[in-house]
Order: sequence, then C-alpha cells, then structure tokens
Amino acid sequence: MKAWLVHHGRSASLAWRRLTATPVNSLLSLLAIGIALALPAGGQMLLSGIRDLAGNSTATPRISVFMNIAAERAVADNIRSRLERHAGVRQAGFLPREETLARMKSSPGLRDVIDALAANPFPDAFVVSARDESPESMERLADEFRKWPQVEHVQLDSAWVRRLDALLKLGRTALMLFAGLLGGGLIAITFGIIRMQVLTQRAEIEVSRLLGATEAFIRRPFLYHGLLLGVGGGVMAWLLVIGTTLWLRAPLAELAGLYDLNLALHPLSASDSALLLACAGCLGWLGALFSLRQNLGQG
Amino acid sequence: MIRFDRVSKRYPPGVDALSNLSFDLDEAQMLLIGGHSGAGKSTLLKLVAGVETATSGSVLVGGQNLGGLARAALPYYRRRIGMVFQDQKLLFDRSAFENVLLPLSISGFPVRESTSRVRAALDKVGLGKREKALPIMLSGGEQQRLAIARAVVGRPDLLLADEPTAHLDQDTAADVVRILLEFNRVGVTLLVATYAHELFPGARRLQLDHGRLAA
Repeated sequence: MKAWLVHHGRSASLAWRRLTATPVNSLLSLLAIGIALALPAGGQMLLSGIRDLAGNSTATPRISVFMNIAAERAVADNIRSRLERHAGVRQAGFLPREETLARMKSSPGLRDVIDALAANPFPDAFVVSARDESPESMERLADEFRKWPQVEHVQLDSAWVRRLDALLKLGRTALMLFAGLLGGGLIAITFGIIRMQVLTQRAEIEVSRLLGATEAFIRRPFLYHGLLLGVGGGVMAWLLVIGTTLWLRAPLAELAGLYDLNLALHPLSASDSALLLACAGCLGWLGALFSLRQNLGQG
Repeated sequence: MIRFDRVSKRYPPGVDALSNLSFDLDEAQMLLIGGHSGAGKSTLLKLVAGVETATSGSVLVGGQNLGGLARAALPYYRRRIGMVFQDQKLLFDRSAFENVLLPLSISGFPVRESTSRVRAALDKVGLGKREKALPIMLSGGEQQRLAIARAVVGRPDLLLADEPTAHLDQDTAADVVRILLEFNRVGVTLLVATYAHELFPGARRLQLDHGRLAA
C-alpha cells in the first residue's frame, strides 16, 4: 500500500514538473480549456438568474377569476362557496379588492399611478387551482366559470410562467448540448497535449519498459497530467466566471432597477464550483486515457 | 542460470537471426558472445531480456521458461536482470543520479534506501562526484559507466551487456571491462555481446556466425 502511494506521489510530482516545465504553453492550454468550460458554466449561471426572475412562481397552472367591479361582497361570497364545493377545484383562494390595492401600492413603480386614481380600480378575485391540470380540463373549467353571474373575466394566468419554464427547459437542453460539445473539445485538447507528451517522452517510455516498468507505471504520470490539465482548466473557468460575474453585477443591477426586475447574477455556489472542478478533472483524465490508448502502444 | 535449447528466432519476412542454438550458462559465470555484425548477438541478448520471444525452442532463465511467461509478468522478470545497452539509452534530461534512480523508482524502493543504493552504485563505477551531471556533460566512458551503474543498482543476479566497449578508447574500454569483471567476481552472472573478446582474457566464448554456433 505504501509503495503504491509512493508510486502515485512520484507520478503526480512528475506530471506537475512536466506541466510547469513549459509554463507559457501550459498556461495557454489551461486558458483554452478554461474558456471552453467557462461558457457552459456561465450559461448555467445566467439561466439560474432568469429562473430567479420568475420569482417563486411555480409552473402549476392556475385560473384567476375576476368579479365585476360593481359586484357586492355577498356575490363574491357566493362564488367562493361554489368554488369550494366544485369537484374540479382543488383549492380556491380569495383576494379581496382592498388587499390587491394595498399590494399594488407597495410596488414602487405603481404607487404614483394608483394614488392618482379616484377609486379602487381592482375587483375581487379568486385564484383557483384545479385537480386535473391538463390544458383541456383547465380550459373547460375556465369556460364554466365565465358563465357564472357577476364574473367579469377568467384568465389562465400561469401561461407566462409555463412559457418561461418551457424556454428555460429549452435553454437547459441547449446548454447541456453545448456543454457536451465543449466537454468533447476539452477531451480533444487534452488528447493532443498528452499525445505530444508521449512523443516527447518516447525514449523514457522505452527505457522504463526495458527496466521493468509496468504499463500502469508508464501511464500514470500522463493520466495525472491530464487530470491536472482538467482541474487547472476548471480553476481557470471558475476564475473567468467569477470575474465576469463581478464585472457585470453593477451594470446588470442598474438595468434591473430601471425595469423593477429581480434579475441578478449569483456567483457559482460551492457545490457548483466543486462539480465544475470534478467534471473538468474527469474530462482531462479521459482525454489522457484516450490519448494513451491511441498513442502509447504496448511494451 | 541460462539455458538455450534449440532456439531459433526468425524475423519477418523470413530472416533467421538465430538457428537451432543451444548452450548453458551457470550462475556467477561469464559468457562472451562473439561474431560479426548481424551474427545474432543482440538478438540473443534480447531473447534473454524478454524483449523478443523465440520462434522455436526454449529459453530458460533461472529455471523459468520465458516462452511461457505471461505478458503481465514480464516487467517483474526484467527487474531481476541488469541491462547495459549498446546505445546506453540514458535519459539526457535527467541527472546521473536520476538515471540510476529510475530502476529503483520503477521497483518501488523507498526514497531513503534508493538514495543510498544510487550513491553506492555511482561510487562503484567512479562517478560518485558526478551525480548531478547531465549525461551530455559526461565523456563516452563515463556515460558507459553510468549505464553500468543503472544496470547494477537493483543488484541483479544476471547482467546483460551489449557491446559495452563499443566506441571507447582502449584505456576507457579496459576500465569498463574491469568494472564488469568486478561484478562477476561477486557472483553476478555476466552475458556480454562483444567484438572485443581480448579485453576479457580467459573468458568462455560463444562465437556466432549467421545465427549459428561457429565451428
């Protein structure tokens, strides 16, 4: 066990020496890997920001039922009991017009407009969630509510959340595809670097085999080299993403403030950072493995 | 120690490097392999080192038939023998110390023991004060002695040397032979392919001619 650890220690140290023997070349390689990894990592961070923009809204479809503005509270109470008894309704929440007015007044962009109005412009409303959330069933339910007395307007108000969710899903799929392609790129970069290393170290490989080195002994420093390239590239990507986040944070906050949006770029979390480094290391190691299979041959 | 039993080696497309060769070499003995260029001397050493396999016949080293040796076992077999190559095969980007250290690193020796063994081997061949020198900074004779130090640092029972005095002047060649003979005197079996048999007076000799024992 100790000898095995000593072998690994020597291999890692040799890989580090080879990596630092040509600092400029290594730095450029790490930068290329870092950029390839930073693009999907940055994309993930952007998607996360957009997801936050949707707030805490869920993609659960809901129906908003707005009463006539002149409807008495007793009529609204009657509608409430009908909704609560309805077999197709899972939950119905009542939003009194006074509460809606108070909420709207708390929005900085709307306060001035609402204060200028003579009377409360908002009707009583219900937010209804259905037992069957299929689009057809929801439409049927909405049509039924529209026919009820004093109901002014019925709206399937989760549509925008669902659209955003669909867009985010598309974004995630595109990002995964992109990440897969760039991951392949990282493997290709490592493949090429390790191939060059194998060619450079050809004499040492030959001598080592003649002196009794096992294939594992010969491969190990190259695998560590690939791993170091991957992890180093991951660190580079992390720095690029963090740097970009910090750089964009102020102008983005200014833009979001102008539109009263909750849009912000959050730095990569510790778990996301660890995942980035682990994936990068694995891809580097894989690139080295493929390269050795292709270029090292057998003793 | 070594037994060749009707060994033949044929390279594609049908070139016979060795034909029906048989001989024995006992432990702690020395055998010189002579012959012109292309006689089969290097092929014979490669068969003993496990670099090549016999086309027919059997090669036994220490009682082990190399033809039956599994591929995975070959590195461990090679660790038991020392090899001095015709072209030395030194690593020119490593110091003398690191070159000699390589076989011990491969075998997984602890650092402290490796260090003392490397220093002892370098002292033995007279390079104790040149351990930091790169091979390019050494003379031809010193490079050959460095190659010998690397071959013996693992304390092998069998030492193979392929033209160890080639390209050396007479005095340097004599120096290299003296070192090889010293190892033989302490019990290392020595198999040497050489033109310069006169440098090994009294040594048993096997003369090859086109892969066969010369008459």
